[in-house]
Amino acid sequence: MKWRDAALGLAATIVIWQILAMLLNRNVFPPPTIVLVVFVEEIGRELGWHFLVSGWRVLAAIVLAVLTAVPIGLGLGQTPTLNRVFSPLIYIAHPIPKIVFLPIILILLGAGDVSKIFIIGIILFFQILVVVRDEATQLRPELLLSVRSIGAGRRALFRFVYIPATIPAVLTALRISVGTAVAVLFFAESFATTSGLGYYILVESWGALRYPQMYAGVLAMSLLGLLLYFVIDALDRRLVPWREQP
Amino acid sequence: MTSIVELNQITFIYPGGAIIFDDFTWHINRGEAWAIIGASGCGKSTLLYLMAGLRQATAGQVRVDDQPIARPRPQTGLILQDYGLLPWATVRDNAALGLEIRQFYGPDGKHTPRNELFSDKKERVQYWLTRLGIDHVAGHYPNQISGGQRQRAAIARTLALNPDLLLMDEPFGALDALTRENLQRLTLELRAERQLTTVIVTHNIDEAVYMGQKILVLPQPPTSRPLIVDNPQAGERGYRRTETFFNRCNRLREMLEEPVS
Repeated sequence: MKWRDAALGLAATIVIWQILAMLLNRNVFPPPTIVLVVFVEEIGRELGWHFLVSGWRVLAAIVLAVLTAVPIGLGLGQTPTLNRVFSPLIYIAHPIPKIVFLPIILILLGAGDVSKIFIIGIILFFQILVVVRDEATQLRPELLLSVRSIGAGRRALFRFVYIPATIPAVLTALRISVGTAVAVLFFAESFATTSGLGYYILVESWGALRYPQMYAGVLAMSLLGLLLYFVIDALDRRLVPWREQP
Repeated sequence: MTSIVELNQITFIYPGGAIIFDDFTWHINRGEAWAIIGASGCGKSTLLYLMAGLRQATAGQVRVDDQPIARPRPQTGLILQDYGLLPWATVRDNAALGLEIRQFYGPDGKHTPRNELFSDKKERVQYWLTRLGIDHVAGHYPNQISGGQRQRAAIARTLALNPDLLLMDEPFGALDALTRENLQRLTLELRAERQLTTVIVTHNIDEAVYMGQKILVLPQPPTSRPLIVDNPQAGERGYRRTETFFNRCNRLREMLEEPVS
């Protein structure tokens, strides 16, 4: 998406928000003018801190998921026997909403960052695992053989075949699942914690009836999702130029 | 004439236990044009992969250019029926891939010849794109060009590495008759131009007689003794329409059909 389109979308959102706020005229739905002022005030203080905490949790989860799912996906995709053994398991495990395990994860991993990173990580893990595996299955043995024949050893195969073959799959998986990741983050931060945007929105603001602050938190959470999406989009355009070809 | 490939008492057994070669000895001299022909399962591709260093013999030794082969040798080119092009790279980038890989390793003598220069990389790739007539599709991706053009891109990629030995496994098997004949003629021209030693594996009798000055016939495995047909006229203009060509095709057909004692 172009920056101009993004700015246009943002402007439209603010206009619609303003109109709705005027129509409803209740303090649970403050107009953007008030919220934006609060947002600017808060972002330099507490909100900024919570934003960074949430951002770190999602990023850590993304990094962990990529680092574990990509090698496993490549391995499964390149080893038909392994894939035959594990694919029923993945087939069953993939559609289970992992968020339902949050209580167990909290018991096992505690209430700190680890449990939150883990729950987001595991959701991303399955998304990435499945697309990378499917991508690796399509890498034909003839392709690997002929690239080896022109001198590629293991390192060059990774550099010239496996990594470029996987990057688009990883980016597609992230693009699809980054929204889910932020949503799950919100839920995971809504209890048993004292930091993160979920905590800020639900406990600090909603619980204390500070509605403009709550909306500032919602805005921060949206920005976090949007920012991640932009980064993935930019990476995709830079790293996958052949995708734009017809 | 010195030999470039030597197979000394090779035994090759498939993981399933089938013996394909049993104490097989054979050699290729520098500059020769060989064709290897046989029915499927006779081990002709295996033989090529042994020479390419992509498979290892169960027993015996494969030597290329006086060195035992344990891994692909940088001066050996391999062309497969499947082209083996990277789907995410343009024709130009695919043609440059071999040189990119060499640059990645640097002139270590193992992946890359010690005397490799990278300064003329662009020009070398450009030369081969032009020579193979695919310059106009250099910016296209493999799925946007024809099968013949893809094989030309694969050949460009291999020749840009200045090989002295070119191994081809059913290179034109997936192409239509006209494209196949064009590429056969082009391969013969390039062989003469670059003084290449060529080995083409095929199941097509016509192709074997057209391309191979010497033809190795592989009957049913296991093979112990090389069965060689001399065919010095291969590569001559208009050979395909001569009586000798016709007779030699018939002879090969008989050899492949008859069980050899």
